[in-house]
Amino acid sequence: MSHLIEIRDLYKIYAQSAEPVHALDGVSVSIDKGEFVAIMGASGSGKSTMLNILGCLDTPTSGTYLLDGVEVAGRSRKELAHIRNGKLGFVFQNFNLLPRTTAIENVELPDLYMGRLTRRARRRRALELLKRVGLGGRGTHTPAQLSGGQQQRVAIARALMNKPPVLFADEPTGNLDTKSSIEIMELFTELSKEGITIVMVTHEDDIAAYATRHLLMKDGHLVSDDGRTAAP
Amino acid sequence: MSIAMIFKVAVLAIFRNKTRSLLTCLGIIFGIAAVIAVLAIGKGASAMMVAEISQMGNNLVMVFPERRPAGAVHQGLGGGQNMTAEDVLAIKNELSHLIAYASPQVNAASQLMYQNKNWSTRVQGVSTEFPDIKNWTLRDGRFFSEQEERRAARVCVIGTSVANNLFGDEDAVGKTMRINNMAFKVVGLLNSKGANNWGDDQDDTVMAPYTTVSRVLQGSSFKSINMMNLSLHDMNDLDEAKREISALLRQRHKLADYQDDDFETRDTTEIMNTIGSVTGLMTVLLTVVAAISLLVGGIGIMNIMLVSVTERIKEIGLRMAIGATPFMILAQFLLEAIVLATVGGLLGVALGVGVARLIGAIKHWPIVIEVSSALFSFGFSAFVGVFFGFYPAYRASKLNPIDCLRYE
Repeated sequence: MSHLIEIRDLYKIYAQSAEPVHALDGVSVSIDKGEFVAIMGASGSGKSTMLNILGCLDTPTSGTYLLDGVEVAGRSRKELAHIRNGKLGFVFQNFNLLPRTTAIENVELPDLYMGRLTRRARRRRALELLKRVGLGGRGTHTPAQLSGGQQQRVAIARALMNKPPVLFADEPTGNLDTKSSIEIMELFTELSKEGITIVMVTHEDDIAAYATRHLLMKDGHLVSDDGRTAAP
Repeated sequence: MSIAMIFKVAVLAIFRNKTRSLLTCLGIIFGIAAVIAVLAIGKGASAMMVAEISQMGNNLVMVFPERRPAGAVHQGLGGGQNMTAEDVLAIKNELSHLIAYASPQVNAASQLMYQNKNWSTRVQGVSTEFPDIKNWTLRDGRFFSEQEERRAARVCVIGTSVANNLFGDEDAVGKTMRINNMAFKVVGLLNSKGANNWGDDQDDTVMAPYTTVSRVLQGSSFKSINMMNLSLHDMNDLDEAKREISALLRQRHKLADYQDDDFETRDTTEIMNTIGSVTGLMTVLLTVVAAISLLVGGIGIMNIMLVSVTERIKEIGLRMAIGATPFMILAQFLLEAIVLATVGGLLGVALGVGVARLIGAIKHWPIVIEVSSALFSFGFSAFVGVFFGFYPAYRASKLNPIDCLRYE
């Protein structure tokens, strides 16, 4: 039985400066369907690099990455875009909603690039998702008319648009107050229970507490994994 | 994602930044508008010149007796005495397949008198076909008849300038005036043609049967005429007509092969050609100006698109993160540039037409707006969009999603 995400001996080396930086120094880990994983670590530990590579936004220098049993490393930019579009959802610290664009249109965006649904079906799904994240009546609001917590909910609805098996979140509560943070994490917990795999980067312990598995990174190494024993 | 979707995304992006989009278009708008307006005015001016030339006569060919040195005196054009009204009749009869109308012309500088008023002008002795050749129409009365022409009746038709100077507010038709002290009956009043290209007042004229002028005013026993005016059926036959006229006249004048022509033909195509070359030069100059203005407009678009790519780098990163391929990003920004340029082109054409009409109305200039130049400007602006939009779009498509999302 293969894992949903499986990386082996992943290296990411930045060679711009005189001394090459090993952002990832031989990381191996596998994540199964339905897990809610928090990647933790100090800044510069390589956790963001790890998330970017897992999210197919960045490519590793060496190593293998199987996503849903398919090799991802070495794919073209176009193929990676298709993978991101169909299999991955993203939630960012600063929400990254299109400005001056309504919540509905923001949520619809991933399907515009996929083009699977009819206009009407796309709109219906976007409205459903907005209702799902608790923004049923806010579909026509633009980001400027929404609070930070509401904007992040729109971003989550957008990430779910194409029904991806995996959701990646990079410090999803980093720009939110405590109350909004708790609401977002409760939403993540619900989604996780529905079977969506969530991989989240955070440096806050109380946020990480919502996850069911915790990976701790330091200097490009995976130093602790409470789900399994980490590779040395 | 279909092209239609990308187009929609591009249009949405344009509308999200209305002010900047409009400012981006301005270069193209004014460039195209200037080209359209100047072309409309230029074409209008040349159309007016052509109209004035053709007012000189319908498919006009003029034949003059050769200026032939008579002793030491060099005579002017039409000064020869070897051309007769019979030559005109012969040409009309034998070359009727080429010549629609023919009229001899005999000129006589004359003194006109009505009651106590005097006026000196040129009396043109012509045939009844003359108005058809020179596009003269009558405001009042009639032209003289063939019968009056045959019997050399003392009748005449006058231009508006003569009528104003001699008759004032009086109705001239039916009155009798004196030409060189001989009584002529005014049978018709011509419609005004105004000044010709050289500033001569064409309405300062009197027309009488050539028979009358030759016999009564010139008092000449010769039957020579000053020139003949011929009107061709079709200006495309001009070369053939000139050849046949020449052959016929040489035969009638009994010229041997070694002798030069004793006549000379002139036609309006020479003048038209000059106008054509002036217009051609103007068109070339305008095209250069148009190209430069559109180049400037295009650089404006490129500049704004580059700024736009930098400014929207997070948007690009986000679009890539949620699944936009590099091609889709390229297509989006390229389409944005093309839409901006073509919309600018359309607005420019509209503005140019408006400005041309306005200037035409104020200055009373004729305006000719050619659909072809509007279409060309529009097409060219689209090309400018593609050309200057490609580089910024290409740069956007080459960006790394991570770098875009991290960009501060």
